[in-house]
Amino acid sequence: MGRASSTRRAFLGSSALAGAAWTACQSPAPDSEPAPVAGSLGAPVRRYGERSPFEKGVRGVRSTQTPEAASSRTPLDETFGIITPSALHFERHHAGVPQIDPTNHELLIHGLVERPMAFSLDDLKRLPSVSRVHFVECSGNSGGEWSPAGAPSVALSHGLASCSEWTGVPLRVLLDEVGVQPGAGWLLAEGADACLMQRSVTLEKAMEDGLVAYGQNGEAIRPEQGYPLRLILPGWEGNTNVKWLRRIKLTVGPQYVKDETSKYTELMEDGTAWIFTFEMDAKSVITRPSGGHTIPSPGFVEISGLAWSGRGKITRAELSTDGGQTWSDAELQEPVYSRAFTRFRLPWRWDGSEAVLLSRCHDESGYVQPSRAHLIEERGTKSAYHCNRIKGWRVAADGSVTSAEA
Amino acid sequence: MRKLRIHKGLALALLAAQALAAQTYGLGRPVTAEEAKRADVTIGPEGRELPDGRGTAINGAQVYEVRCKECHGEGGVGGDQAALIGKPEQLRESPPIKTVGSFWPHATTLFDYTRRAMPFEEPGTLTADQIYAVTAYVLHLNGIIEESFELNRETLPGVQMPNRDGFVRDPRGTSAKP
Repeated sequence: MGRASSTRRAFLGSSALAGAAWTACQSPAPDSEPAPVAGSLGAPVRRYGERSPFEKGVRGVRSTQTPEAASSRTPLDETFGIITPSALHFERHHAGVPQIDPTNHELLIHGLVERPMAFSLDDLKRLPSVSRVHFVECSGNSGGEWSPAGAPSVALSHGLASCSEWTGVPLRVLLDEVGVQPGAGWLLAEGADACLMQRSVTLEKAMEDGLVAYGQNGEAIRPEQGYPLRLILPGWEGNTNVKWLRRIKLTVGPQYVKDETSKYTELMEDGTAWIFTFEMDAKSVITRPSGGHTIPSPGFVEISGLAWSGRGKITRAELSTDGGQTWSDAELQEPVYSRAFTRFRLPWRWDGSEAVLLSRCHDESGYVQPSRAHLIEERGTKSAYHCNRIKGWRVAADGSVTSAEA
Repeated sequence: MRKLRIHKGLALALLAAQALAAQTYGLGRPVTAEEAKRADVTIGPEGRELPDGRGTAINGAQVYEVRCKECHGEGGVGGDQAALIGKPEQLRESPPIKTVGSFWPHATTLFDYTRRAMPFEEPGTLTADQIYAVTAYVLHLNGIIEESFELNRETLPGVQMPNRDGFVRDPRGTSAKP
């Protein structure tokens, strides 16, 4: 006992900065002064934590007749760093969130394999695992940015993207276990939701960095994110990261299922459509300050935002505070992970006059985030998905922030 | 004869040993071909996996009336959910009209998606005959097949969709520039 309390005193003494706040919640040690302010007892320990009731950030949900086939958006301006809290990870479901008992759930791998096999959660958790930080982004994210006006807030403009640390078994391990037959070039991944959501993806990607994930941000994947098992294909459009994963079939070619033909394809002006547009192009957005915010007074404001690319690491984020006339390199938060949110920051002193804030990112493949005009020159205005144009925020003289016309 | 049997046994044992050796971890449950087939609801564009059954647009109209019309509208248009009828020319309109008739490249996909995911609130409740019939009805409304044309596992894969050649592989490549 004596030893324990002396250890605690030593710890308190060594963290002078935290000391004031820390001592307020501790019963005083016998040899210390009474606390400078009288306090009442706080809440007791609890088994599963919740955030402070003063924090109000929630996912954005639009009213719809079919909330089971809908989306909710991450309030990116309410998140810090690069990890999205699991409870705020965006959702896109096509037939609701199934409730799955993991003891009754298996992953079947069959088709062009030597040995069709089924893996239970217990099997999967015994196999070699990896944890990796990756974004998942719906390819419909930023769809409103095809218009010159753009969406009024960062949740509405970019909130169909989130970033987590995912833990699971490399898909390559499982494919080696079942033995892929020569001639297999694709695989069909299927979820256990009511519509048995399916997508065809290439065997090459599966072997390169596909992950059969059961963990998200240190705990089991949330039901909305695919509990107990989902596919993670780093950098590929969200819909291919099949949730509630229950079956993988090795095939020669793609199956041309509904969600890779009638949806998640990009229509060009001539009426043809791009199909199997898997990689998410590099994108960035300023999250603070952003639409809906008000800067209370002129003076120092840190500009902060997120950049990500489906083709690897973000290498550079440039910011402009004058609508693109001049640009400055923002600082990238280390470490920078491949195919993950990358936080950028730039100190700024707002002089109280109107300003237009823009961000533009580069990735390690050499790709540079395009302007709206540049994107439309390449793809027209009908493709709906995969809009990654530069987004601007206008700061008015009264400090209010709105979407800047592009 | 006896010697031959031993050789066969040896060969089988060797094959089994090779198969085992290829597994590194020995975890997971072997699944028989029959079990895998039961779980396999995939229907590819060639339609090899299509089930037995048949239907025409004539019986499909009744299925549509009861199970589809509420969301997809009278005659496949005007409902709260996706319109089903259209022509590829409409892909060039603003906004483009993307429907089964104007956009979908394979008829098999309509059968597969209806079987897996429709009706929205009760997926998996239509029989194979009902799915062939309602597929025929939607294709007929699009002017793709005759009203009396029977869809079954032999005929459905042969149905040519108007926008069959409308898709091109992602031309961005892995090092696309803006």
